[in-house]
Amino acid sequence: MKHLLSTADLSKDDAILLLDTAAQMAATQSREIKKLPTLRGRTVVNLFFEDSTRTRISFETAAKRLSADVINFSAKGSSVSKGESLKDTALTLHAMGADAVVVRHHASGAPHMLAHAGWLDAGVLNAGDGTHQHPTQALLDAFTIRRHLVGQRSGTDPVGADLAGLRVAIVGDVLHSRVARSNVHLLHTLGAEVTLVSPPTLLPVGVEAWPCRVSYHLDETLLQWQPDAVMMLRVQRERMGGGSGAFFPSPQEYSRTFGLNARRLAFLPDHAIVMHPGPMNRGLEISADAADHVRSVIVEQVANGVAVRMAALYLLLAGNESSERNAL
Amino acid sequence: MSTTYILRGVRPYGGDPVDLVLAGGVIESVTGAGEARPAAAGQDVVEIDAAGLVALPGLVDLHTHLREPGREDAETVWSGTRAAAAGGFTAVHAMANTTPTQDTAGVVEQVWRLGRDAGWADVQPVGAVTVGLAGERLAELGAMADSRARVRVFSDDGKCVHDPVLMRRALEYVKAFDGVVAQHAQEPRLTEGAQMNEGVVSAEIGLTGWPAAAEEAIIARDVLLAEHVGSRLHVCHLSTARSVEIIRWAKSRGVDVTAEVTPHHLILTDELARGYNPVFKVNPPLRTAEDVEAVRQGLADGTIDIVATDHAPHPVEDKDCEWAAAAFGMTGLETALSVVQSTMVDTGRMTWADVARVLSSAPARIGRIEDRHGRPLDAGEPANLVLVDPAATRRIDGAAQVTASTNTPFQGMELPGRVVATFLRGRATVLDGTPVEPAALGSDTFEGAAR
Repeated sequence: MKHLLSTADLSKDDAILLLDTAAQMAATQSREIKKLPTLRGRTVVNLFFEDSTRTRISFETAAKRLSADVINFSAKGSSVSKGESLKDTALTLHAMGADAVVVRHHASGAPHMLAHAGWLDAGVLNAGDGTHQHPTQALLDAFTIRRHLVGQRSGTDPVGADLAGLRVAIVGDVLHSRVARSNVHLLHTLGAEVTLVSPPTLLPVGVEAWPCRVSYHLDETLLQWQPDAVMMLRVQRERMGGGSGAFFPSPQEYSRTFGLNARRLAFLPDHAIVMHPGPMNRGLEISADAADHVRSVIVEQVANGVAVRMAALYLLLAGNESSERNAL
Repeated sequence: MSTTYILRGVRPYGGDPVDLVLAGGVIESVTGAGEARPAAAGQDVVEIDAAGLVALPGLVDLHTHLREPGREDAETVWSGTRAAAAGGFTAVHAMANTTPTQDTAGVVEQVWRLGRDAGWADVQPVGAVTVGLAGERLAELGAMADSRARVRVFSDDGKCVHDPVLMRRALEYVKAFDGVVAQHAQEPRLTEGAQMNEGVVSAEIGLTGWPAAAEEAIIARDVLLAEHVGSRLHVCHLSTARSVEIIRWAKSRGVDVTAEVTPHHLILTDELARGYNPVFKVNPPLRTAEDVEAVRQGLADGTIDIVATDHAPHPVEDKDCEWAAAAFGMTGLETALSVVQSTMVDTGRMTWADVARVLSSAPARIGRIEDRHGRPLDAGEPANLVLVDPAATRRIDGAAQVTASTNTPFQGMELPGRVVATFLRGRATVLDGTPVEPAALGSDTFEGAAR
């Protein structure tokens, strides 16, 4: 694997390899000494054109646990904010000898350009681009789902397993969500069924071509479809303003119609889990009692994020060197 | 004394071979193949073996961005008209979105004069409809019409005249001098931040969509306005199947509307955005395969009147970046004829006579330069013509093109047809597919330009 840009490019075998590798990584993280020597001497650049402390820290932790040298390059206060082009930034990173570039960018496709425009030869790991993709988020979600819903059912470590037959509802602002796009493709590849639940204004024209179902009704989906996992998407405050450009009439109406709360949780089967990519708007898309419920795996998603990002960095930078892999 | 050209065995409009003699700036004679009298010793006569070549009236582009004044790093009037000649054009309409804007008599006269001085093709400036293309108040349309540039086409191209009252006034006002408003149909609120066609591809790759309805809504409004006030309307670069339907409906009602399609909308689709290469970023955006089929059908049945290039050169840095940061537009002057041959002639949907109509006589008529351009290939007519080798194929390379910019969407594509020669009032601007520098023309340059 040279780059990780989109879950749409991932084969089922690649996806399962990533999840299995993440499981190995997670196992090392319960040891007293969490640091592995695997990527010693390698340089990982966190290139963040958008603020995202959570994602950056997750990648930084992952790289450091693998002993890589980490350089954090934030667009704010750097030459990028003074008008330096993406190309010149890439050429600079190339000159500095970056082995992998973890990129977060507000423009859809920017990681694709970094990987394919010939500006640098480092592996590119997409940490979220515009409204396109956020593949490690989808991988950590799949990892979390697999642990809870496949591992617990069979009572064994789910290594090698896919998500066949599981039902996942993804609820909220699909239109602007790279998390939703990444999850729809990955979950489909892994054999799960997906239903997107959203007001029609927050679904993209063209969604009918996606490998999933679409519903405008949360209650009906929870009651009749009985999902095994419910993934709530963050609704950004700016989507509510803008007068005639607002996507829904009011936060109250959104919360009433599409918010997850204790009443709706009761519709779900006993084993179902509640997920959220964070950061949450408590009281808007998810109530406090749903977020903190015993079925909520939201905090665990964060922990799994480190393991999945360790796996991705490992497979990008050392994946072809089998001796190193065996040394894990 | 200008050079006389004898074109032996050339096929006007792809028909039977004839000999054409170009002398004194006009077509001197049209005779049977081999019948033109050979040159006598000492005469300035060039014979061209044109067997197999198709002769068409010099092409006329109603929609060219020459970028001068203001963006000479992308193109100049000189380089752009030289590219036009290489593409077989003898006249181009220079769009108004320059810096400063072509919204006064002074600026349009400057552009017109730059074209005259360059001598590659006649430059007919387009005047802005509104001051600074801001869409707030009418520019001095009458002054531009009365200037030496004799502006007849007015457009805020790049921006839509979206205020319905302003559009109505412009449509009415230009009637006084037989002008036409060429509308860039794009409802601005529906296309805020838009990056590409809204549909299956935009949904998947996460680029903000440009809905077809934003084009169609403006075209529908404008044909109704044009009918109401009895004005002439031209629709720039229409790109969707329903836009074609609306024009067809309007024409059936007798509305005085004409429409253009670009070469790229005849052949390329939004699937190309999947690689995020901004060379495919253009406004209006590349649409779906169904839209491509509809515009081809509309062009074949006459609903769409003309092909216009929307030649939009950009410097490398404006395309060598992430999609959202890139400029809209693609070059087209040197590939237009090949794309039309590929999509319309080689598919049997149009004849070469149809090509002459959509790329020469009809645009000349819309631009009101039909007294000089888009004329029939008859004796006594101005010697504005292009010779095409329809049997040739060529691989497109942006770096090898004559235009100053490299942003061709056809990079690496194999396209049929090659412009062998272009004549502007009897002077060869292109011979053997190569621009003939004005210096090589001697005193003839001034004489020709002044005619």
